[in-house]
Amino acid sequence: MVNRIVVGAGYGLRDWIAQRATAVIMAVYTVILLAAVVANGGSTYEAWHGLFASGFMKFATFLALLSLFYHAWIGVRDIFMDYIKPTGLRLGLMVVVIAALVGYAGWAAQILWRL
Amino acid sequence: MAELTMKKKRPKNLDLLTIKQPLPAVLSILHRVSGAGLFLFLPVLLWLLQSSLASPESFAMVKGLAGNIVVKVILLGLLWAYCHHFCAGIRYLLLDGHIGIEKEAARMTAKISFAVSLLATVILGGLLLW
Ligand code: HEM
Repeated sequence: MVNRIVVGAGYGLRDWIAQRATAVIMAVYTVILLAAVVANGGSTYEAWHGLFASGFMKFATFLALLSLFYHAWIGVRDIFMDYIKPTGLRLGLMVVVIAALVGYAGWAAQILWRL
Repeated sequence: MAELTMKKKRPKNLDLLTIKQPLPAVLSILHRVSGAGLFLFLPVLLWLLQSSLASPESFAMVKGLAGNIVVKVILLGLLWAYCHHFCAGIRYLLLDGHIGIEKEAARMTAKISFAVSLLATVILGGLLLW
């Protein structure tokens, strides 16, 4: 018989990769945004609004935000798995986090494409 | 076969608050704290993004808010959280790529991460908030 030690959450290589891929996307976006702000000022409404009005920045911002939400899901889930032991409470909290993040994704689309 | 054999009884001290933590351990726990903090503030940050973009009036409202000293301090805290999480995160990606995994190197990059994130917080905070 194989004595497997069950850790309770699958064996997560895919999530591990996804967390790193999303981290790289966010890091690259951070540099792009900083460069864009430095280049155009961004301290007046016109400059700030103009920054996000271009198709490229809309797309890049949305991609970075979706990456953020996915990244945060994996991270927060890992934290729950470490500290929240009662299964019911852990699952309940995970549902709340998923609901919030899916909501944020919709909200982000609305923010960007209403401009 | 695949059984854990940890039968030897050795004295141990697992009280995290009395153990002297090496710098990389402090960096690591703050990476978790900053990630969790950023997550909790996501709705506020999205609302700020929305308001800053929606209209000249709401943009001015955000600027006014950021003029309040309490708001400033909170935003500075979030800025630090992002910079710290960013720097420590990049360090993890390098470690994952087996770059800098020897003890001395790992301590050195932990120091660099702290220094860079604090410096970035001061510079960006100075530019954006003050
Ligand atoms: C440039 C941006 C970012 C980079 C490079 C980055 C990098 C990383 C990396 C490499 C990990 C894995 C650490 C590990 O497995 O021990 C991680 C975990 C995590 N990240 Fe990020 N991250 C970024 C942005 C964010 C943001 C904006 C949030 C918040 C919403 C966030 C929340 C988290 C959380 C909660 C964890 C789990 C922490 C833990 O398990 O200790 N990250 N991040």
